[in-house]
Amino acid sequence: MTDRNRKTGWFFAAPLVVVLIPFFIATIAVVLIASFLEHDGFGGMIASFTLENYADLLRSDLTWKLYLSMVKFSVLTWIGTLVIGFWVAYFLVFHVRNPLLSIGLFLLGTVPFWTSNIIRMISWIPLLGKEGLINSTLRATGVIDEPLEFLLFSDFAVVVAYVHQLTIFMIVPIFNSMARIDKRTIEAALDAGATRSEIMRWIVVPLSKSGIALGSIFVLSMVMGDFFVVKVMSGGGSASIVSALFEDIAVLQYPPAAANAVVLLIVVVVVISLILRTVDVRKEITR
Amino acid sequence: MTIEKGDIELAGVFKRFGNFTAVDGVNLKVPDGAYCCFLGPSGCGKTTILRMIAGHEDPTEGEILIGGQNVVGMPPVQRRTAMMFQSYALFPHLSVRDNVAFALRVRGQSKQERYRAADSMLERVHITELADRLPGQLSGGQQQRVALARAAITEPKVLLLDEPLSALDEQLRIQMRTELRRMQRDLGITFIHVTHTQLEAISLADIVVVMERGKIKQAAPARDVYAQPKDRYVAEFLGGQNVLSGKVERINGETVLINAPDTEGIVVPLRDGMRPRDGAAVDIAVRRDDIRLRRPAAGAAADGWNAVNTRVLAVEYQGMYVKVILDSGSDREFVAYVPEREFFETAFSIGEIVVATWMAGQSLLLA
Repeated sequence: MTDRNRKTGWFFAAPLVVVLIPFFIATIAVVLIASFLEHDGFGGMIASFTLENYADLLRSDLTWKLYLSMVKFSVLTWIGTLVIGFWVAYFLVFHVRNPLLSIGLFLLGTVPFWTSNIIRMISWIPLLGKEGLINSTLRATGVIDEPLEFLLFSDFAVVVAYVHQLTIFMIVPIFNSMARIDKRTIEAALDAGATRSEIMRWIVVPLSKSGIALGSIFVLSMVMGDFFVVKVMSGGGSASIVSALFEDIAVLQYPPAAANAVVLLIVVVVVISLILRTVDVRKEITR
Repeated sequence: MTIEKGDIELAGVFKRFGNFTAVDGVNLKVPDGAYCCFLGPSGCGKTTILRMIAGHEDPTEGEILIGGQNVVGMPPVQRRTAMMFQSYALFPHLSVRDNVAFALRVRGQSKQERYRAADSMLERVHITELADRLPGQLSGGQQQRVALARAAITEPKVLLLDEPLSALDEQLRIQMRTELRRMQRDLGITFIHVTHTQLEAISLADIVVVMERGKIKQAAPARDVYAQPKDRYVAEFLGGQNVLSGKVERINGETVLINAPDTEGIVVPLRDGMRPRDGAAVDIAVRRDDIRLRRPAAGAAADGWNAVNTRVLAVEYQGMYVKVILDSGSDREFVAYVPEREFFETAFSIGEIVVATWMAGQSLLLA
């Protein structure tokens, strides 16, 4: 009987296993193994075991600098997306009375995502550039004499592009968890004499916590795994872990790249598990 | 008369949502410490009135006075009202104790202080042992107690209850009904309770307010509303009455003779302030438990009794009594509640021709 149950269990799990083994477990295993191999500098890997790749990586100043800049971009982007995402979701759920309109506006918010990432990012250039819309307007109105250099090809531009690209990933889960808040609990809080800010602090934010956590996971993992936005929007002035990794691959140094990837993976996993400790996301997904 | 603190007065209150008039010129006085039930079908405006008293909705027109003070535009806290929401609206992320203590937290009381107050309130509703649970882990009845405790902790002058028993099953509903009444006596404050269940209203309330389409049809003590319905709507909504129609034949001093099919004429006492014209169509009500059934062979009805020839359509056994459904000649219900023992002494069969009789003085002319 139990034997048969076990067989049925495997049968049901089979589709997932078939997908996960080649596309997830096998690939990670390959990267993990490669990270412990020696390399000949010409793309060849020597079957051996060494920790040299990790040691090099952790000894390099560049690595620490890149992680520092990753932390900076992650935090700034997280704050930006959280503030905007939270208020957009709050507006859609609590201020748009008509649920149809709310869903409509929500869908409207996804329209920019019908175009490619690259287009959305590049469209900032005519706006933020030296001769761009913002600079020329400010100069024409006499607010500034010299164009503001920090607008484009700077850390500022990188954060702007990240926030622009990733806010929707914050809005969706927060909207989702806010939409589940029974409006009458808000009224009950009002009835008890709570002010708007108290309702926000004691009712809305705690009940949106799982949405915030999910959104944070999306945003942070995407910022940490990015290299393209940093490259384009900083004008080559900044780099990310992934761009360093990409450089390694470009010069056929696979094992150092693999070590880099493994370390990044560990960092991301640690960050996500820290977020997951604060809320029970499983509850959110299964409900 | 001195104005008591929990007096409620509605004066010419209207509420319109666009073209729809939810509350249509309501005037009502509820004395302090009364248990008042708003009774009506869904969409009759009873919940809107409750929400206006609570301050979650503003009237389009008119005044709402609590303790003699116009409260329109005031936030709920200043009105000293507290609301118990339909399906309770407990805060799902807070423990029972924190739910109950919420209003005190808003008032800036220290944790110790508010927990002490919350615990004594939990004791009053007999759920001390659940203080650390989350609302999701409670049964419907337990959630209701929490909601009651949460509403009562601010020592409001008026407690507003929106369909408080509708989420419970039958057994629990009857039990909680008693509990609500006990709490109301305990707290000694005005309760306004909205319901669509007749039995709930008349078993609980000092004053029953029957509503239809935004208007008050009758506001009176439970017994008056049940036994002396003002018009056909109230009689039919409260149940327990048969409503018959006919034409006024003539008025004889204190009584009216009414012509109706299958009868020799029905005699109904005149009611204060009612003087129908000859030939006017009128409705009368007769309580279902006032009707006596007899076989035609038993002879003519005694003096002072009305009689209607009819036929038994169906019989439903109800335990304490037997519900005999009679042919009214129209689609309206005509029912006699016959005491159980009495019914089985005679045992009318379905399809049998019977005479339904009642004392003329026991029937009621409806507006």
